[in-house]
Amino acid sequence: MKFLLQRVAFYVFTAWAAITLNFFIPRLIPGDPVQALITKYQGQLSTQAIESLYVLFGIDKNGNVWSEYVDYWKQLFAGDLGLSFAFFPTPVSEVLSDSILWTLMLVGVTTILSFIIGTGLGVLAGWRRGSWTDGLLPVTTFFSSVPYFWLGIIAIYLLTGPDSFFPSGGGAEVGLVPAWDMYFIPSALQHSLLPALTILISSVSGWILSMRNMMVTVSSEDYITVAHAKGLPERRVALSYAARNALLPNVSGFALSLGFIVGGTFLVEIVFSYPGIGFQLFQALGANDYPLMQGIFLVITISVLVANLLADVAYLFLDPRTRKEG
Amino acid sequence: MSEPVLEIKNLNVGYGLGDQGVRAVRDVNLTLHRGEVLGLAGESGSGKSTLAYGMTRLLAPPGVITGGQVIYHPAEGDPYDVLALSDERLRKFRWAETAIVFQGAMNSLNPVHKISTQLTDVLQAHEPKMSETSRLARAREMLKLVGIAPDRMDAYPHQLSGGMRQRVMIGMALILQPQVVIMDEPTTALDVVMQRQILGQLIELRERLGFSVIFITHDLSLLVEFSNRIAIMYGGRIVEEAPASAIYKDALHPYSQGLLGSFPALKGPRRELTGIPGSPPDLKGMPTGCSFHPRCPKAFDPCAGNIPVLGRPGTGDGRTRSVACWLHPTGEPVG
Repeated sequence: MKFLLQRVAFYVFTAWAAITLNFFIPRLIPGDPVQALITKYQGQLSTQAIESLYVLFGIDKNGNVWSEYVDYWKQLFAGDLGLSFAFFPTPVSEVLSDSILWTLMLVGVTTILSFIIGTGLGVLAGWRRGSWTDGLLPVTTFFSSVPYFWLGIIAIYLLTGPDSFFPSGGGAEVGLVPAWDMYFIPSALQHSLLPALTILISSVSGWILSMRNMMVTVSSEDYITVAHAKGLPERRVALSYAARNALLPNVSGFALSLGFIVGGTFLVEIVFSYPGIGFQLFQALGANDYPLMQGIFLVITISVLVANLLADVAYLFLDPRTRKEG
Repeated sequence: MSEPVLEIKNLNVGYGLGDQGVRAVRDVNLTLHRGEVLGLAGESGSGKSTLAYGMTRLLAPPGVITGGQVIYHPAEGDPYDVLALSDERLRKFRWAETAIVFQGAMNSLNPVHKISTQLTDVLQAHEPKMSETSRLARAREMLKLVGIAPDRMDAYPHQLSGGMRQRVMIGMALILQPQVVIMDEPTTALDVVMQRQILGQLIELRERLGFSVIFITHDLSLLVEFSNRIAIMYGGRIVEEAPASAIYKDALHPYSQGLLGSFPALKGPRRELTGIPGSPPDLKGMPTGCSFHPRCPKAFDPCAGNIPVLGRPGTGDGRTRSVACWLHPTGEPVG
């Protein structure tokens, strides 16, 4: 318990540092949205118009950084992340909550699926090493080293077209309103199929490889020989003795990848024009949309921290050696 | 005493097949009698562990058994060949009939499961009808038997010392009351005081429970003290087999004499430790004839030419011992 509190305190500190950086970094980037608009209109804006734009976007040129920082924290606790510049006047929190569900559904489900499938196959391949399963290894090595967005581009090139079942982009049929109904859900599933497969294929391979290698390493441990000598059923030796120990390093890898669900696969979302967080980040960058960028970075930071905390908790349950005696 | 419990007949074990393979155990004949402690000694690489793994079919690839039989005599029923058992029967045979205590005291327990889980899963696998509570009671009883407080049942392996872990392993080995316990250098990872303690306890348990022990070690002095009979291995073959006292007083094979000369005696006049010159043979390029002859101080004409057969020596107490050496040409071969 003490260990857990220590970890929580550590993550709270990390979150504070990350949020503070999150506040300063966009302000260090040259250019602001008004400048971008001025360039866009090629000097046809009057001074009053520029002033009103500044007021409109909420960029107070006269305020100092410190008071902005304090305001930022106040707004953060009120759940107010400001107004998005690019989708003006939609609040950032609304943009985020619209897009985060898309990302969680697509990347979250595929990440968990690929971990389960990959680990399972890895256990099998590691336990039956030297059999036909070793033939899978070159294939998995290939797919785990291919960038998934490239795989996505290839998939779009080969599988989509005017007559194809697979749409080439978007989250659902244009014009459908997101809702749990028979029009929207099938269309959303159909649209998520290709990006999901792309992520699945490339990330499953990594899990298979790492799990297989750990299985091979663990299989030569003394306690595996003992388990065989004890006459335990093959299944129990494979799962409760070998896989149970081989799983440990993979769990921390899984927690890290959970953290990157939100921010890690934004290239796939860009390739497939999928309306998730990554795609929004891409648009926010193009539009100098600080509040949205800050909001997205905040979400990414928090999800990475939460995932790490989850990993710590999972480790406490899985590996008795990490538990401190109280 | 004379009734056999485990007979190894012409066992050959190798690593790899064909030209790349090496033969680690060659034509070994060995009989373990009911209730005795049989010591198996030899340098590293002499094949003693391979023999133990081979006769229990625990060899990991590329290890292969290339020939021979291991006849087991159960307490009731007809003897059978362990090497010919089906996978399922082998699984039932393991631990229930022959249990093993391995060399790595530190790594023999699964780090993620409690001691109680690792003690009871044997019972679950072999006696599925046993109830959960009686399984736990039996596990607790075994811990008590090897001198570990039963409240350590819920401990994890990392919370125990090396000596305690090895005692847990011994308790685990005895939990199904096997007839044969194979000890593969069970105390090498422990200090000498702990070695004595554990071995003394083991001998006491053996007298009480009546199982037979195959004790594998490179420490011949330990064997002289704790075993009834000793078999000496060199280059994958048994070169001498005799009662422990006979080996100690009057070893016939020059290799046994060399092994005895390489540790100090506790009593008697001071003498210089000699050791054995040279190093164990390369399994890929065994010398012709007797594989010990390049290192043997007493080698003479026939040694390089022909392999000596393990047989009864012509002299004295020849009935109870055998040796494979041209210095002691055999009257009758064994096996």
